[in-house]
Amino acid sequence: MSFFSLKNKITLVLIFSLSLLFTSSSFAESTNLQHKNSEPFIQALELLQSKSYNKKGKAIEQLVATKDERVQSILEAMLKARLFYTKEDKTVVIGKKVDDGFALTSVLEQKYLGSLSKSKLKKVKVNNKLRGILRASIATLSLSSPDAKKRLAAVKQMFGKTNKAGITALQAHLKMEKDSAVRSEIETLININDLDSGDKETQLAAIKTLFNSLNPETRNKLEILKDNADADIASASQVALKNINNKLGFYDKVNTAFFGLSLGSVLVLAAIGLAITFGVMGVINMAHGELIMLGAYTTYVIQQIMPNHIGLALVLAVPAAFIVSGSVGILIERLVIRHLYGRPLETLLATFGISLILQQAVRSVFSPLNRAVETPVWMAGSLEINPALSLTYNRLYIIFFCLAVFTILYLIIKKTSLGLSVQAVSQNRSMARAMGIRASRVDALTFGLGSGIAGVAGVALSQLTNVGPNLGQAYIIDSFMVVVFGGVGNLWGTLISGFTLGIANKFMEPWAGAVLAKILVLVFIILFIQKRPRGLFPQKGRAAES
Amino acid sequence: MKINFKKMLATTLILSASFLSTQAFAASHSKETIKVGVLHSLSGTMAISETTLKDTMLMLIEQQNKKGGLLGKQLEAVVVDPASDWPLFAEKTRELISKEKVDAIFGCWTSVSRKSVLPVIEELNGLMFYPVQYEGEESSKNIFYTGAAPNQQAIPAVNYLMDEIKVKRWVLAGTDYVYPRTTNKILKAYLISKGVAEADIMINYTPFGHSDWQSIVSDIKKFGATGKKTAVVSTINGDANVPFYKELGNQGISSEDIPVVAFSVGEEELSGLDTKPLVGHLAAWNYFMSVESKENEEFIKTWQAFIKDKKRVTNDPMEAHVIGFKMWVKAVEKAGTTDTDKVIDAMIGIEVPNMTGGTAKMLKNHHLTKPVLIGEIQEDGQFDVVWQTDGEVAGDAWSDHLEGSKDLISDWTAPIKCGNYNTKEKKCLATAK
Repeated sequence: MSFFSLKNKITLVLIFSLSLLFTSSSFAESTNLQHKNSEPFIQALELLQSKSYNKKGKAIEQLVATKDERVQSILEAMLKARLFYTKEDKTVVIGKKVDDGFALTSVLEQKYLGSLSKSKLKKVKVNNKLRGILRASIATLSLSSPDAKKRLAAVKQMFGKTNKAGITALQAHLKMEKDSAVRSEIETLININDLDSGDKETQLAAIKTLFNSLNPETRNKLEILKDNADADIASASQVALKNINNKLGFYDKVNTAFFGLSLGSVLVLAAIGLAITFGVMGVINMAHGELIMLGAYTTYVIQQIMPNHIGLALVLAVPAAFIVSGSVGILIERLVIRHLYGRPLETLLATFGISLILQQAVRSVFSPLNRAVETPVWMAGSLEINPALSLTYNRLYIIFFCLAVFTILYLIIKKTSLGLSVQAVSQNRSMARAMGIRASRVDALTFGLGSGIAGVAGVALSQLTNVGPNLGQAYIIDSFMVVVFGGVGNLWGTLISGFTLGIANKFMEPWAGAVLAKILVLVFIILFIQKRPRGLFPQKGRAAES
Repeated sequence: MKINFKKMLATTLILSASFLSTQAFAASHSKETIKVGVLHSLSGTMAISETTLKDTMLMLIEQQNKKGGLLGKQLEAVVVDPASDWPLFAEKTRELISKEKVDAIFGCWTSVSRKSVLPVIEELNGLMFYPVQYEGEESSKNIFYTGAAPNQQAIPAVNYLMDEIKVKRWVLAGTDYVYPRTTNKILKAYLISKGVAEADIMINYTPFGHSDWQSIVSDIKKFGATGKKTAVVSTINGDANVPFYKELGNQGISSEDIPVVAFSVGEEELSGLDTKPLVGHLAAWNYFMSVESKENEEFIKTWQAFIKDKKRVTNDPMEAHVIGFKMWVKAVEKAGTTDTDKVIDAMIGIEVPNMTGGTAKMLKNHHLTKPVLIGEIQEDGQFDVVWQTDGEVAGDAWSDHLEGSKDLISDWTAPIKCGNYNTKEKKCLATAK
């Protein structure tokens, strides 16, 4: 018992002394702050409220020169358009968005001031030039950040924007820098700067170390140096330039191949549902594009329901879109298509009508305007492999997503009893029925599956393109193209034909232009179908003959 | 069973047909009204932009009727839906003038729809107000162009980039149709006349609704990596802009590195977009919703009340319709009749205040005087004006920078009365009005 009380006492004392320490230190800080509100700092804050962008630029310089620790947060807020001043008494504040306005913290006292509505605040406006200045200033300030990633980003910001003072600062920083990635980036920057030094030895040494550098700055500088009056420098830079250009050419091809793969994966995603409804069931479904559109709108609706979890909403949208588009698909099959089996022309017309109805329905419900589907943070930006090659994350995810969807669908068709029935019905309907398969139920489920997959494709497309009533129309032709080229009734064919067309399109685009490349691909497919009417991978056996 | 089903199919078809067909709002059909035709697509690709303009017109007509109408009569809107189908625009124009006997038409968005309407409106001697910025190189006695001509949008924007941002290399990117092609032709001629080398201009066209921008954006990135300041002048049409800007953001091209100035992206287009990656990119217009003026605030308030949506935005073509409508009302009052020829003559010289300051004056060439504003896109989907012309710029139908068009002027007053008068040869060119 006594032991416990002793412990309690010690805790109490500790807490007391801690709180004392805390109050005294915070007291010290506040007096310290007051002391630091030097004349230039206050002046700069006033200058920030001026309308002229040049004056604001000067204010930023002045702020950086004060070396005050509040400056970085001010500049960052300004860059993000979160720096305001109140209309009433011209206090400069940093705002944080809340429901009906902004929660404000004053810049001078670093004190929370409560929230104000937007109409009582005036934003400190920035333009592109100021944004450049802000980024450069923040970069210089964050060189001393403890986070190596921030330092790396800071150094990357400085390429092509440094002056002599900046280089000296970097050289000084290099001595303290421990992170290897940051070090090598700084060294490259200093070397690039050395190319201009005018001193032959330094220049030659810099060319030598930059021999494998893919940074665009290096290339630009070498491009100038190759006509240098000094023969040694000129020839050295010519050799280096040739090497760099070779490498760039190689990465360029890799990049194009990636673009092709990603376009291909979009084509496969859009077409794979059709490969089921058209390929396996033989239904010419002109409303396929609209089923994709419904999937995209499902994504929008789910994001609206949970606006604070954009990423999670996107993940949840996948099953939701499958269910929505799948049910609409089953409905279409039960109400219309069921009555039209064996009459392709009528099916085409009826489904075309359905596609128009769906489009107009979406127009009436959601308005004809496009809806904004947000991209989660983890899908924005790009994975930088080197300065010449970076792969955008959204495209990477969609390639993987496409492969995953394909695998699942393939497994369903090949490994489940539903898949077996689908194959049986598509190969020989009457025989399948004789064996006890309920053909009409299988038809509905197959159509639902194909439509559901279209909805899933819509979720992916919502990240790449507009979510609007016309989304479907943009993809219907491409989808048919892929399925026909790949061979009707063959999933592998769809996969391979999608990727082939994507890559072919992207390799043609640089020299033919986007418009002509598309036409050429179409002409190629028409010619190919003349030669092989059943596509790349024709169905074999008796089923194909009928 | 079979019959049942056929019936159902028939109903489906009829249903879909009725959705598509004209939605003519033929309201109370009394002789005592002045009819105003509204020719904007309410379905199809262009519905996204044009539906708003239809609503704007309905609002203006309602307002005018509350004020007691025009010449003592009430105004009546006749709304038709040309469904983004260009030939249908011509048919609907004929229907509006011959059957509905409207006194003025407010309509069209794309240049191709206007070109389709042009012969009909001239044949039937109608009156049309066209509210969208366009490529110029046209002048008709029967059309008033209340949107910007190239010298009221494209040229000042290029000047801004050249003088203020010091841009040295230019990417002219556009959708493949008449407006971007003509505008880029004018811009290229203008840039070359300003001493820009041919190698520093890259021109690129993409199909309508293009969505895969990877290789083009990476080309732009390479083009801009030579150390010279580069900018993109975009005439990319509506829908295709979203994936274009997304790709720019993903490939790490920020507005400080390579700014994009767009001529077809306004508040309405941005409202369907996640604007975070776009902050700092530019647009050139004659009106921005963010401009602070009394007229503008009032207009926004009435619009949002009319449409019953507090978040609804306004844009440049809407302002053009407001100005066009006010001018038409003044001209009819001045002429004392709705007779086409008398109204056309009365239109010239009419002045209406702009919502962004200054006055819009109808010139002899059927174009307006407008201030030109450059705005930067903000996170909330609005524009901050970063630059504007000192005063209003007079619209020029025939570009001064193109061979074959620089000697032409348009003047619809006596004694010239000609849409393409050659000032050197002192004669009106052919019958092409």
